[in-house]
Amino acid sequence: MILKAKKQASGGVMVPHHKNTKDLSAQRIPTPKTVVIPLLQNIGAPCEPIVKVGDQVFVGQKIGDSDKYISAPVHSSVSGTVKSIGEIKTASGLITKAIAIESDGNMTLFNDIHPPVVETVQDLCKAVRESGVVGLGGAGFPTHVKFNIPEDKKIDTLIINAAECEPYITVDYREAIDNSWDVLSGVYTISEILNIENVVIAVEDNKPQAIKILKTIAKKSDTQARKTSVMALKSKYPQGAEKMMVLSATGRTVPEGKLPSDVGCIVINIATVAFISRYLKTGKPLVSRSLTVDGSAVKEPKNVRVPIGTRIGDVIDFCGGFKYDAEKLILGGPMMGGAIYDLDAPVCKQNNAILAFDKSDIKKERPCIKCGKCVEACPMNLVPSFIKKACEQKDAARLKKLGLMVCMECGCCAYSCPSGIPLVQYMRLSKQILREEKK
Amino acid sequence: MAKRTISSSPHILGKDTTTKIMLDVIIALIPAIIASVIFFGFRALLVVLTCSISSVLCEFICRKVMKRNNTIGDLSAVVTGVLLALNLPVNIPLWMAVFGSIVAIVVVKQFFGGLGQNFVNPAITARIILMLCFAGAMTSWVTPNYKEHIDGLTGATPLGILSTGVGEMPTFLEMLLGVRAGSIGETSVIALLLGGIYLIIKKVISPIIPVTFIGTVFVLTFLKGFDVNFALYHILSGGLFLGAIFMATDYVTSPITKWGKVIFGIGCGAITVAIRLFGSLPEGVSYSILLMNILTPHIDNLTLPKYFGKVKEVKNGKN
Repeated sequence: MILKAKKQASGGVMVPHHKNTKDLSAQRIPTPKTVVIPLLQNIGAPCEPIVKVGDQVFVGQKIGDSDKYISAPVHSSVSGTVKSIGEIKTASGLITKAIAIESDGNMTLFNDIHPPVVETVQDLCKAVRESGVVGLGGAGFPTHVKFNIPEDKKIDTLIINAAECEPYITVDYREAIDNSWDVLSGVYTISEILNIENVVIAVEDNKPQAIKILKTIAKKSDTQARKTSVMALKSKYPQGAEKMMVLSATGRTVPEGKLPSDVGCIVINIATVAFISRYLKTGKPLVSRSLTVDGSAVKEPKNVRVPIGTRIGDVIDFCGGFKYDAEKLILGGPMMGGAIYDLDAPVCKQNNAILAFDKSDIKKERPCIKCGKCVEACPMNLVPSFIKKACEQKDAARLKKLGLMVCMECGCCAYSCPSGIPLVQYMRLSKQILREEKK
Repeated sequence: MAKRTISSSPHILGKDTTTKIMLDVIIALIPAIIASVIFFGFRALLVVLTCSISSVLCEFICRKVMKRNNTIGDLSAVVTGVLLALNLPVNIPLWMAVFGSIVAIVVVKQFFGGLGQNFVNPAITARIILMLCFAGAMTSWVTPNYKEHIDGLTGATPLGILSTGVGEMPTFLEMLLGVRAGSIGETSVIALLLGGIYLIIKKVISPIIPVTFIGTVFVLTFLKGFDVNFALYHILSGGLFLGAIFMATDYVTSPITKWGKVIFGIGCGAITVAIRLFGSLPEGVSYSILLMNILTPHIDNLTLPKYFGKVKEVKNGKN
C-alpha cells in the first residue's frame, strides 16, 4: 500500500525538476592518478592521520580517525603510496588536513577487510562508525550517532529518505532502482536490530518507477512484527528535509532545537541505508560514492561513481568536460548546494552532485515590497523579510523571537522573492549575529 | 580560467519580479479604465494618462535630485498614478491631478525612502490631501448618461443619496455595471471584480483583505437595519471595491501575515461603516485604509505566525 503524507507543512516551492540523468546508472570513473582525502568530511570533529608519508595503503584501509564521538573515520579510496599530508581548502572553503595518495592503479583491497559481526545495537553503532559512513544525502552527519539512542528515548519509526527533492540530482533515485536489494536488506537489518516496528520509505510522487520498485521491497520486508510502507509525497521542494519527513510520515513536529529522535523517529537517506547493508555483508568501508554531474555547461551529463578524494575537475573531464565556460559551479543541489570555484578540490563523502551552468541565475536586487511571497514559501512558517530587517538592525532579541534558529536554509524564500533579495545569506548572517551574541 | 560567480544558495530563482507584479496590477486595472472611458468619456483616459505620466516623471526627477538610482523600471509609479486617477472625479482640473501625483510620489513615497519604505498608501494619501485642499472640485460628481450623451450630468453619488435621502438611487444592475456618479475608476464593480479575480488567480494578491473588508461592510450595514438591500447598496457604492481590491492590498502598507490581513480587512470595513453611517462624510474607504496603514506594523507584530516547532518557553542558552 502506498501511504499519503499524514501532515503537510505549509509553504515550499515548486522548483523545476530537471531530472535529466534519471535513466542513467552510475558509471565508475577510471581510477584517478591521485586522490586527496580530507580528514574532515562530516559534521563534528576532524580525524587525525594514522599513516605517514611514504606508507603503502590499500583500498579500504583506515588512514584517519578521531577519538571524538561525533566523527567518522576516513579510509583510503585507492591503493598506492601516501604522497603528502597537509592542509587544503575543500570546495566549500573549509581548511582541513588532508592526505594525498598516489594511486598505483591496481585498486588492491586492504587485506584486513571482513564483514563485521552485528548482533546488538552497540555492535551496529560500532560497525557503522568503523565504516566511515556519514549522511550521504548531503548533510554529512555521522550515521552511527543517529543509531545510538539514549535509554529514555523510544524510536518507533524508521524513515528512509528517498525524496530527493533538489532539482537535477538523481543518485538516490538510481540507488532505489539499481540497488533495491541492498536497500531492502539494509531496512531489514537496521529495523531488526534497533527493534523498530514501523518503517516508512518516503519518495516524491514524480518518481513512479522508484515507487513501484520500493513498493515491492516494502512488501517483502513486511512482517508481522514490522510494517514497511512506501509514502508518496507531493513533489514540492523541500519534502526531503528531515523535519518535513518526520511531519509527513508521523504527523509529529520536531520541536525547536530538538532532533527527530526526540519524537521517536530516525531519518536516514536511502543511499546511506544501501551502503550500510553492503558494508555489513562485505566489510568494505565507504571509499566511493555516486554523484550526479549535470547542468547546462556539462557536455555529457551523467551519474558517476567516484573514489572519495577524486579531483572535481577529473569527474567533469570524465563527463566530456565543459560545453561552455562554467560561470556557476555548484557542489550539491541548486537550492542548497554551495557555489565553488576550485576544480582541484576533492569530492567528499557527503557530496551528491556537481552542477555546472554557463550562466548564473541572477535577478536585479530591489527593495523589499513586503509582498509576503517568502512568508508563503517558508516551510518553517517564518517571516524571512522581517528576519532580514532585524538582521540589518543587528537586533538579536528580535531575531530570536522571529524563530531564526529553526531556519534550515532551504532557499524557498530567496527562490520566491520577486525583489531578488538574497534572503538565505541574511539568514546565515543573522545566525552569526546570534552566535556572536552568545559569546 | 573562466570567471566564476560565487554566491549564496539558492542558485536558481523563481520567475517573479517586482516589475512583473506591477505589470499584473496594471493589467488588472485595464477593465476599470475601459469602463471609465465608456461611462465618463475620453476625459477619464486623459486623467489616467496625466496621473501616470506625471507620477513616473516625479519619480524620475525625485530620484535624480536625491542622487539615487533610477527606479521607474519597476513600474510602481505607474500603478500609483493609475490608482490615483481612478480615485478622482472625471472633471478634475488636470493641474490638480498633477498636484496629486506630486504628493503621492514625492511626499508620501520618495521622502520616506522610495518603494517599500512608505508607511501609508501613496495614492490614498494623495486623494485625501486633494480632498482637503480642493473639496469642491473633488466632489463635483458626474452621473453618466450613456443613453443620450456621453458627458453626463452633475449628480449625487449613491452614497450621497443614501446619506441625505435626496435623489433617485440607481438600480443594482446600474451599480454593478458602473452607471452611477462617482470617481472614474470606482463605479464599475464588475470591471473591478474582473481585475481582482485576475490578481488572485495570478497569486499577486491574497483574497483575504478584499473578502474581509467587503464582508465586514456588508455585515455591519446589514446589522444596522436588517435590510439586505441597504447592505448591498453599501458594498456596491463608493470606492469600496476599488479600495478593497487594489488599495487595501498594497503590499507595502498592509500586513504580511495571514491573520494580520484578516484584522486589517475587518478594521478597514469597520472604520468605513463607522464613517459612512455616523460621520459627517458620505464615504470612508480611503480614511479607513489610511488609518489601518498606520496600524500595519503593530498588527504584523501581534500576528507573527507560530513557526515550526516553536516551544512556549525557550531556555536561555539553548538554540
